[in-house]
Amino acid sequence: MEKKATREAYGAALAELGAKYNFLVLDADLAEATKTIVFKKQFPERFFDCGIAEGNMMSVAAGIATTGTPVFASTFAMFAAGRAFEQIRNSIGYPHLNVKIGATHAGITVGEDGATHQCNEDIALMRTIPGMTILNPADAVEARAIVEAALHIDGPVYMRFGRFACPIFNDAESYKLEVGKGVVLADGTDVTLVATGYMVHLALEAREMLAKEGISAAVINIHTIKPIDATLLSSYAKKTGALVTAEEHSVIGGLGAAVCETVAGECAAIIRRVGVEDKFGKSGPVPALLEEYGLTAQHIYEEAKKALELKK
Amino acid sequence: MDNAKRNALTEAAKNIRLGILKGTHSAGSGHPGGSLSIADILAYLYIEEMNIRPEDPKWEDRDRFVLSKGHTAPAYYATLAERGFFPKEELATLRKIDSRLQGHPDMKNIPGVDMTTGSLGLGISAACGMALAGKVAGKSYRVYTAVGDGESEEGQVWEAAMFAAHYKLSNLCVILDWNGLQIDGPVAEVMNPTPHDEKFRAFGWHVITIDGHDFDQIEAAFAEARSVTDKPTAIIAKTVKGKGVSFMENQVGWHGKAPNAEQYEAAVAELNA
Repeated sequence: MEKKATREAYGAALAELGAKYNFLVLDADLAEATKTIVFKKQFPERFFDCGIAEGNMMSVAAGIATTGTPVFASTFAMFAAGRAFEQIRNSIGYPHLNVKIGATHAGITVGEDGATHQCNEDIALMRTIPGMTILNPADAVEARAIVEAALHIDGPVYMRFGRFACPIFNDAESYKLEVGKGVVLADGTDVTLVATGYMVHLALEAREMLAKEGISAAVINIHTIKPIDATLLSSYAKKTGALVTAEEHSVIGGLGAAVCETVAGECAAIIRRVGVEDKFGKSGPVPALLEEYGLTAQHIYEEAKKALELKK
Repeated sequence: MDNAKRNALTEAAKNIRLGILKGTHSAGSGHPGGSLSIADILAYLYIEEMNIRPEDPKWEDRDRFVLSKGHTAPAYYATLAERGFFPKEELATLRKIDSRLQGHPDMKNIPGVDMTTGSLGLGISAACGMALAGKVAGKSYRVYTAVGDGESEEGQVWEAAMFAAHYKLSNLCVILDWNGLQIDGPVAEVMNPTPHDEKFRAFGWHVITIDGHDFDQIEAAFAEARSVTDKPTAIIAKTVKGKGVSFMENQVGWHGKAPNAEQYEAAVAELNA
């Protein structure tokens, strides 16, 4: 299966969509890494480097958006959701402005740069801002689609992209994105695997492992973490009674938390969460990090087995 | 400046000050000190300087104003009411539960407010964004923003200063309200950000220093700012915190305290004298 980092798709999508839509792009001295460089090369007069000053960049983006021109503001997730949280909340979120935040290098798959750059908290932070849409694509095809979708959303959007190449399992020709709708990638009756971003293809692998033991697992891709597809999640919680969430993010405040919050008010179901436990990341090659932090198909499989045991 | 113009500005500034007192007294909270210090500059901006249409507050070619020192919203609201963006009677609803006059400016609900502010340091950056977008779109509008001297302790103010000079935002004009006081005491004692003129100049700005209560100097400064074509302008306006109400002038305690009934009456009487 072809592999590509979602940040690559982000840069390519900006360059492609730049011909069709009027918008500006900002970066904070990371254009080579966030891939906004691809847009810059094509539309230099619509690209503005803000230097290493992320707080200013977010408020500048807000000011641009007040004039009616949508704007993408890009940096690493750590410096967007982390460093510039308050600017995003007060300059962008509160006035509900059309700023699209392209946050790359999210999660543990940053790899060798280590804990200071591995942002496992961004979803948690962004979820608390009223009116913020959070999109987290599972592959490059979906990543391209969310960039265009973001332009059609009235208000702020936080888009989460990864540095590490991941398998492309969606079909570029037929793929259709519906913001706010979970995607049932595979149906099942015993347990539901609810995954987002990099973990989606691993959930599909875990489903195969469970199938070998005669366990029927549904797999749902949640590309829109906010607003979350409460209807779909509740229906699968009722149908299977057991869920496993999987995300490349802290187990605190992210997809797992959102699923618990959503389902808890609707029905009784066992929910197990796969994600980065309550600790910081560290340097290392990505495969070794994924293994050490439990972000694997094997771990999803094991948690599904536990959920099935607890459901009895 | 001829006498008729000066008299009109003086009258507008007095009304703005009365509005500040009305709002904060009615709310029982708010920030009169820094509102009174910026009143003359706001009067000049909204009566003389800015190209705006109160009947069409979102007119896309309008000049913009961002109150980066957002806590002085009472002055902003009183100015907008004075210029006809909404009825003056509404000033008495400041900070009340069903009022659109929030404690800090809210662009979504208040006619004439161009940017939501309140958290210090963010407004000047947003003003940079407006100015940049104007340049990119080939618009001739100008962007004004008022920054507090205490606010200039925020690092983001200098990130914005770097940005504005780098992109030659000559359509941007910062007014630094140099009233010398912040919540914890004199600005020079809490965390001295001076000299502002040399700092802005070093960042690549055109700098003008004036008495922020002298309409002739205010007029000359804005005219000079409009003539600069290759860099943003910072007007360092020396002001008096609490200006116009003698018992509030230069008193740290009036940064964030509302006048009670007796104080309100005395202040109104003094302004009307």
